[in-house]
Amino acid sequence: MIHSLFLINSSGDIFLEKHWKSVVSRSVCDYFFEAQERATEAENVPPVIPTPHHYLLSVYRHKIFFVAVIQTEVPPLFVIEFLHRVVDTFQDYFGVCSEPVIKDNVVVVYEVLEEMLDNGFPLATESNILKELIKPPTILRTVVNTITGSTNVGDQLPTGQLSVVPWRRTGVKYTNNEAYFDVIEEIDAIIDKSGSTITAEIQGVIDACVKLTGMPDLTLSFMNPRLLDDVSFHPCVRFKRWESERILSFIPPDGNFRLLSYHVSAQNLVAIPVYVKHSISFRDSSSLGRFEITVGPKQTMGKTIEGVIVTSQMPKGVLNMSLTPSQGTHTFDPVTKMLSWDVGKINPQKLPSLKGTMSLQAGASKPDENPTINLQFKIQQLAISGLKVNRLDMYGEKYKPFKGIKYMTKAGKFQVRT
Amino acid sequence: MSAAPAYGEDKGGSAGPGEPEYGHDPASGGIFSSDYKRHDDLKEMLDTNKDSLKLEAMKRIVAMIARGKNASDLFPAVVKNVACKNIEVKKLVYVYLVRYAEEQQDLALLSISTFQRGLKDPNQLIRASALRVLSSIRVPIIVPIMMLAIKEAASDMSPYVRKTAAHAIPKLYSLDSDQKDQLIEVIEKLLADKTTLVAGSVVMAFEEVCPERIDLIHKNYRKLCNLLIDVEEWGQVVIISMLTRYARTQFLSPTQNESLLEENPEKAFYGSEEDEAKGPGSEEAATTALPARKPYVMDPDHRLLLRNTKPLLQSRSAAVVMAVAQLYFHLAPKAEVGVIAKALVRLLRSHSEVQYVVLQNVATMSIKRRGMFEPYLKSFYIRSTDPTQIKILKLEVLTNLANETNIPTVLREFQTYIRSMDKDFVAATIQAIGRCATNIGRVRDTCLNGLVQLLSNRDELVVAESVVVIKKLLQMQPAQHGEIIKHLAKLTDNIQVPMARASILWLIGEYCEHVPKIAPDVLRKMAKSFTAEEDIVKLQVINLAAKLYLTNSKQTKLLTQYVLSLAKYDQNYDIRDRARFTRQLIVPSEQGGALSRHAKKLFLAPKPAPVLESSFKDRDHFQLGSLSHLLNAKATGYQELPDWPEEAPDPSVRNVEVPEWTKCSNREKRKEKEKPFYSDSEGESGPTESADSDPGSESASDSKSSDQSGSEESSSESESEDQEEEKGESSESEQSEEEGGKSKMKKRKKVAEGQGSSSDEGSGPSSSSSESERTSETEGEQMEPASWRKKTPPSGKSAPVAKEISLLDLEDFTPPSVQPVSPSTIVSTSLATDLEGLTLTDSPLVPSLLSPVSGVGRQELLHRVAGEGLAVDYTFSRQPFSGDPHMVSVHIHFSNSSDTPIKGLHVGTPKLPAGISIQEFPEIESLAPGESVTAVMGINFCDSTQAANFQLCTQTRQFYVSIQPPVGELMAPVFMSENDFKKEQGKLTGMSEVTEKLTLPDTCRSDHIVVQKVTTIANLGRVPCGASDEYRFAGRTLTSGSLVLLTLDARPTGAAQLTINSEKMVIGTMLVKDVVQALTQ
Repeated sequence: MIHSLFLINSSGDIFLEKHWKSVVSRSVCDYFFEAQERATEAENVPPVIPTPHHYLLSVYRHKIFFVAVIQTEVPPLFVIEFLHRVVDTFQDYFGVCSEPVIKDNVVVVYEVLEEMLDNGFPLATESNILKELIKPPTILRTVVNTITGSTNVGDQLPTGQLSVVPWRRTGVKYTNNEAYFDVIEEIDAIIDKSGSTITAEIQGVIDACVKLTGMPDLTLSFMNPRLLDDVSFHPCVRFKRWESERILSFIPPDGNFRLLSYHVSAQNLVAIPVYVKHSISFRDSSSLGRFEITVGPKQTMGKTIEGVIVTSQMPKGVLNMSLTPSQGTHTFDPVTKMLSWDVGKINPQKLPSLKGTMSLQAGASKPDENPTINLQFKIQQLAISGLKVNRLDMYGEKYKPFKGIKYMTKAGKFQVRT
Repeated sequence: MSAAPAYGEDKGGSAGPGEPEYGHDPASGGIFSSDYKRHDDLKEMLDTNKDSLKLEAMKRIVAMIARGKNASDLFPAVVKNVACKNIEVKKLVYVYLVRYAEEQQDLALLSISTFQRGLKDPNQLIRASALRVLSSIRVPIIVPIMMLAIKEAASDMSPYVRKTAAHAIPKLYSLDSDQKDQLIEVIEKLLADKTTLVAGSVVMAFEEVCPERIDLIHKNYRKLCNLLIDVEEWGQVVIISMLTRYARTQFLSPTQNESLLEENPEKAFYGSEEDEAKGPGSEEAATTALPARKPYVMDPDHRLLLRNTKPLLQSRSAAVVMAVAQLYFHLAPKAEVGVIAKALVRLLRSHSEVQYVVLQNVATMSIKRRGMFEPYLKSFYIRSTDPTQIKILKLEVLTNLANETNIPTVLREFQTYIRSMDKDFVAATIQAIGRCATNIGRVRDTCLNGLVQLLSNRDELVVAESVVVIKKLLQMQPAQHGEIIKHLAKLTDNIQVPMARASILWLIGEYCEHVPKIAPDVLRKMAKSFTAEEDIVKLQVINLAAKLYLTNSKQTKLLTQYVLSLAKYDQNYDIRDRARFTRQLIVPSEQGGALSRHAKKLFLAPKPAPVLESSFKDRDHFQLGSLSHLLNAKATGYQELPDWPEEAPDPSVRNVEVPEWTKCSNREKRKEKEKPFYSDSEGESGPTESADSDPGSESASDSKSSDQSGSEESSSESESEDQEEEKGESSESEQSEEEGGKSKMKKRKKVAEGQGSSSDEGSGPSSSSSESERTSETEGEQMEPASWRKKTPPSGKSAPVAKEISLLDLEDFTPPSVQPVSPSTIVSTSLATDLEGLTLTDSPLVPSLLSPVSGVGRQELLHRVAGEGLAVDYTFSRQPFSGDPHMVSVHIHFSNSSDTPIKGLHVGTPKLPAGISIQEFPEIESLAPGESVTAVMGINFCDSTQAANFQLCTQTRQFYVSIQPPVGELMAPVFMSENDFKKEQGKLTGMSEVTEKLTLPDTCRSDHIVVQKVTTIANLGRVPCGASDEYRFAGRTLTSGSLVLLTLDARPTGAAQLTINSEKMVIGTMLVKDVVQALTQ
């Protein structure tokens, strides 16, 4: 399956290579560089590149290309999914996944990769298991190891590997037993010029941080489970129980994990919590354009909208912008033509606005398109779909855990066409 | 910890004296400062006794490897540390070894023995990693060792080790494809494994080694379907895609009756899918389809697959969701395919690479099954932040989904896209509009007008693209659009894109009657700039000239000649060629006037309008979700998705075989017994257990009087229950505990009932001891029903009912010994086996048996009940077979206990593994009731313990039987002197030597008993020996004649060491096990 893996940074250096079968020369990456050149932008590099003898499958994350080399037919998503899992694992191990961090921990990275694949086929990808096999580097452990001569490598097969709950390690112990669940919903929407919604849907996830002793068996029930149109589960969730009772029943992994992601479809009416008033005009003859944006709340269920950031990719013809915000700060990068306005909180009494002029290239014709406006925002303590957790119960252990639920709504891919 | 300094060292090359960390170390300090030779410092560090230094050195070496630096010259220094105690050093050495072993094969061999030792380690992680590394070292010379290691690991008790064995199979196969046959055997065995951990890996191995051996799947099909949900994600993907292929060969097409509709996809989807999307055409479609529909009944196994994969659409892994989606697309009836749309749309929220792949597949699906995605139209709307490649794919999907009803919204969307800043995307949008216009007649004019407006766009690319699309649209109805052509003609002055210019010229030429005034003028202009044009434009200029010459020669004759003479001297040969060709055609010359008379017909023939088609059309002949589909080209190793068979193949092949006589037994009754059976085997530690298990083990072992059919039924039972059990496995685990108690009570009652309880007892040994469970699990799984039958001792003629009771009475007397062979196949849920693996991790390795222990006693080949009165036993006579010295002679005893004579006994078509051959016995004409007869047949087992399967035919019936030889029967004694023995033994050391330590029990300390035990187990001859406590035996294998030398060194204390020297390592290892087994019991 996966033959080799190359890690390539944005300047085109191969800074790590790993082979699971016979060695594939790194010159195979030349095909990748060719494609990269053709694509101009990193995100446009095709994820699958055929070469005469190999196929290169790549993902681009954290400004690093993870290029897998394969030789024979394999479902491309299999490889892509795996590469993403590799990135997630690195993130899990080192906190961030960046070139310097990988270089600093190259040995751990190598050991982890060795465990993740055997002969190109995934072997252990659950982070709970990997962490038992190869302990993540921490300062404390490094010190201890130097003194005692112990190692980062476990010498026993992680018990999870063989059990029916491979995602959970055994012998977990905490003095404070706590389980936190974050219900985070993102609104993906396209709003047209006139302010009407073209499409809007809600994508939600429930992220959990569970630190419970022993083998707890949890059930989580919702007040209104019918809202969830389409769900995907962490493997720990018992599917049958969900099918029959709409209850999430699971033995959680230890630590942070994504319990569930769900989708509330476009068929349901989605409340759009903000509106954007805009007037952006270019005139054909003049070298000045007018620019004005106002952001305001609507349908927020009485909550404040925070963390509002407005970004917009201006047309190439715009040389500079002189704008004054009523609140927050704004920046315009004349090279990338990216306008960004950090608004902060929206005060319904005094709506934030950004006004001013754009100076256009002299003699250039008026751009065809007005820029689209991308919006980010956050609303605490609200799940915009109305989803509510009913209760969380624990079985199998005797202690009383501390339970917490947090709701949040965020903008996903929220776009306003102008 | 100090990977960072290691890195620094690399960057600075080898001249790294400034390593503060080692400065204090006197051993290395000096070397660092005078470091001229490469890596000397590292070698020095590897040679020290300090683990910390070794570790540091290894870390730096691994860092070098990671950067792609060559570290191969350190091989000797590194490989020495392969046996290092420090586990991290060891692991890094493994990493190094796997990387460089291929380049330094000779040196790599030095490490092999360490791994061989590791293979026997009590720690399963070490066993597994030894196998992993051993199989990853690509050195052809160790192929036999790998083979042996894999075979052994395949019957390891730890599922993790078995998983590793499955991983090792493709490695060995890629190293030496000649091992295929043997590997297939291992695969077959592992396929029967019931743990989820192994399932994915072995199917992977199957796909790489023998994807064509679909027959291996039959028996495991239902098990795989049922295990699927518990397998890890990666395994799920592989299994699903394999099962898709399997289902395509084994089941009938669920859409076969809809094939009429298939031809007309436009209508088909209305008719069969979306009720709310019903258009006016749907009623017709449905009514035309209905009369043609014959009753189609889906195979229950087909249904099982669909049902069990459906929940996986909810998986968090995109790969799994895609795998299920393709399975549904290829296998499900039309009405059910719809369910996958939602899940696929969900994946669009994922990373852009995932989106890319998913959209490609959606694009293909949306051509065939448009209705499926129509409700999700809006999910494919494009955001300005999407990468271009995603935008273009979404556009493709939107275009495929456009129909009469939604076209206004789609076009409105397109309008926004046209103003995008991303010009590639705009060009693609224009193409998409063109396609919508051709597909949906109603909007053709609207589209055309829109495109014409685009002609005034400032961006040339946009204009050019529009021209090309307009040209195609105009071809459909040229008459009405003279105006547009005129408009286009004006554009020739400004537009520079060659393709667009060429398109305009072609249009003017083609429809020159509609623009009679303008056309000659355009030609004039083009003639003027001819030399500066691109090739593609020049060709069209010639074309235009020719057409005008034919229609309007008065005005254009001179111009045409001018253009043709320019073209005649063009640099491009295509153009010169075209000019010459055109001139001959249109200008009538003296000789060849025949063609020029028809020139007008040739040039101005009505041409069919081009069809704008999706590039994804017909891509679905590749299996969706595959790499080949994505590339639209066959990738290496791609397995074609077979077409549905016309006639369904025999569905019974998937039945896990149930011996015939149990069919008559009451099914209801057996079902009822299920629960106690299982919960028993799970609740092992229950207090009542031992009492229950004893009779069971007794029935299996020594009691000749125990009822045959009882134990047989139990095993057949367990097999059939097996399937049923797996279905409910998830719930089973939760219930089992509380049920344990209840069921035991129930069970006791049953035991008292006597006859009906036989199955419960049969299950006894399986649950009584995990050891016996282990062995029997691996064994039972690999054997055909016929072969386990022979393991039970021959039955007496006593009546079953009576013995049933005596069996109960005997329970106190039976020794609680662990029997190596349990008659029943072990039933265990994935959970149960997994948990066992867990609990057993600390217990020592149980020698697992590859073959049943058997002396020279009779073995049963066919039971009289199964044989309908014909009972067949066999013995290994140990006499040389007269026909062929390589054959093992087997005496077959037939006895007829029915009351009719059995006629025409002979051997029918044997189905033999490669290399094995059979010398059949002469046909037995007739066997009178009550009579017995013995025949001799020879089997060449090819020095392997593979079973020889063949049919035993009578005039009326056929019985499938198999003979599996104990390894000891594969050899014949040779007689040699002590000196010869020692000489030969000296030649067979190293890899050919297998040694095992054992303790002889008190009962077998005397010479006589030891010799007897050894010779019973193996057909060897004793070699005279000087020392009193040493025993030597010698033999040769029958087929290859390799020597097998056995030495037993027994101390008076009972400690003993058994050594077997043989070229045939497989035989050596198996024999050691058998002999140890025999001696220690």
